[in-house]
Amino acid sequence: MQVSVSEENAEQEPVAYQVSAFLERRREQIAQRWADAALFRTVFTVSRDEAVEAGRAVTAALAAVAASGRVDDIRASGFEAVRDQLGRMAASRARTGIDPDGVADEVAALREPVTELLRAEFGEPYAPEAQEAVVALTVLMGTLRLVVMETTVSAGEELIARQREQLHEVATPVIKLWESTVAVPLIGTLDSARSQVVMESLLDAIVAERARYAILDITGVPTVDSLVAQHLMKTVAAARLMGAECIVSGIRPAIAQTIVHLGIDLGTVLTRSSLEDALAYALSEQGVEIAPLRAAGAAADAGTR
Amino acid sequence: MTGFAGHGPAGGHGFTVPVLQLGDVLLVTLQGELHDGMAEQLQQDITARISDSRVSGVVIDISGVEIVDSFLGRVLAEIAAGAKLLAARTVLAGMRPAVAITLVELGLTLPGMRTALDVERAMEMLGVTTRRGEGSP
Repeated sequence: MQVSVSEENAEQEPVAYQVSAFLERRREQIAQRWADAALFRTVFTVSRDEAVEAGRAVTAALAAVAASGRVDDIRASGFEAVRDQLGRMAASRARTGIDPDGVADEVAALREPVTELLRAEFGEPYAPEAQEAVVALTVLMGTLRLVVMETTVSAGEELIARQREQLHEVATPVIKLWESTVAVPLIGTLDSARSQVVMESLLDAIVAERARYAILDITGVPTVDSLVAQHLMKTVAAARLMGAECIVSGIRPAIAQTIVHLGIDLGTVLTRSSLEDALAYALSEQGVEIAPLRAAGAAADAGTR
Repeated sequence: MTGFAGHGPAGGHGFTVPVLQLGDVLLVTLQGELHDGMAEQLQQDITARISDSRVSGVVIDISGVEIVDSFLGRVLAEIAAGAKLLAARTVLAGMRPAVAITLVELGLTLPGMRTALDVERAMEMLGVTTRRGEGSP
């Protein structure tokens, strides 16, 4: 066993070392050729020197990875030095509107110039040892491509997580409509995380505004399924426990139909078709009456005449 | 501790929940945790007070309660049911937002129980008007 392992190492290591040594030796040349490749050229539009510098850094990282013998390991420590830079490059390409497939193709295009240089190193370009070195280099370039894709994906995930958080903060304003009356206009799909935020901010607003009536307006909620209905009912129940009456408004005809078809019982929840109706209800319950000024004036005029 | 509160009919020992009478309304202020013995004592106290004096309403102030469980939920419902049998209305006042969320998550929405934002509002619901700035020094 041990013999075969050491034999395997003995076979592999020289090739990887060979590739590493080649990358070190030809670093400048590779960097110059890469600077003309689509990926570097489009990222570093300001100066070519910058592109060459980036190419040198990537080549050095590849050489370090090859030297460690882990050409197919995307977690090889050699990549750490350029991971950030690769991420920035991929992000910069993504900003120009190119899709991840395009970036992957551009990274793949970096292989060709290096392979050419490597073949030129050997007197016989298609000799077995040359082929072996080219295979090792191809594996290494494939790994580089994976590293770029991985950084792109993780950067995307971070962005999504950050935006989701921002959405939670932004999308749940509680508005004071009248004395003791607050409203939450719900926009977008109501999932459990969002409904939790809505519930908390609504209850806090009820305390802060000393509200007697809380209006949940679902005009902006695209669909209502049993889960959304459950979230709504929970919010209504929590508001009621705080001593505020909850009114659900903005139920569009299609949503009313869906609720009926799904057999969801909103019998315990006070509903109104529009925010206007909900506000009118809350005001009339508080004994506030709103009448147009002109009509009142006209009536008064009529009385004096 | 649970046995302690249930020792005598008077409860006593500093573990009973204060029950104050304001006009024809009983004001019960719950604070901190409520143990089994205390809950039983409190229910007896309230029903006795309702039947002895002419009480038409009970206000349970839970603004000092930070943690609730299903036990407290059940006790509150039982107090309300008992008071209703004696023709007194019960209003739950001053629930904290966190407590409301916990109760709802537990599925304890206390149906049929009247609620108010604070004691002042609860008194208002029971027809006792408290006027601010008048009469107070």
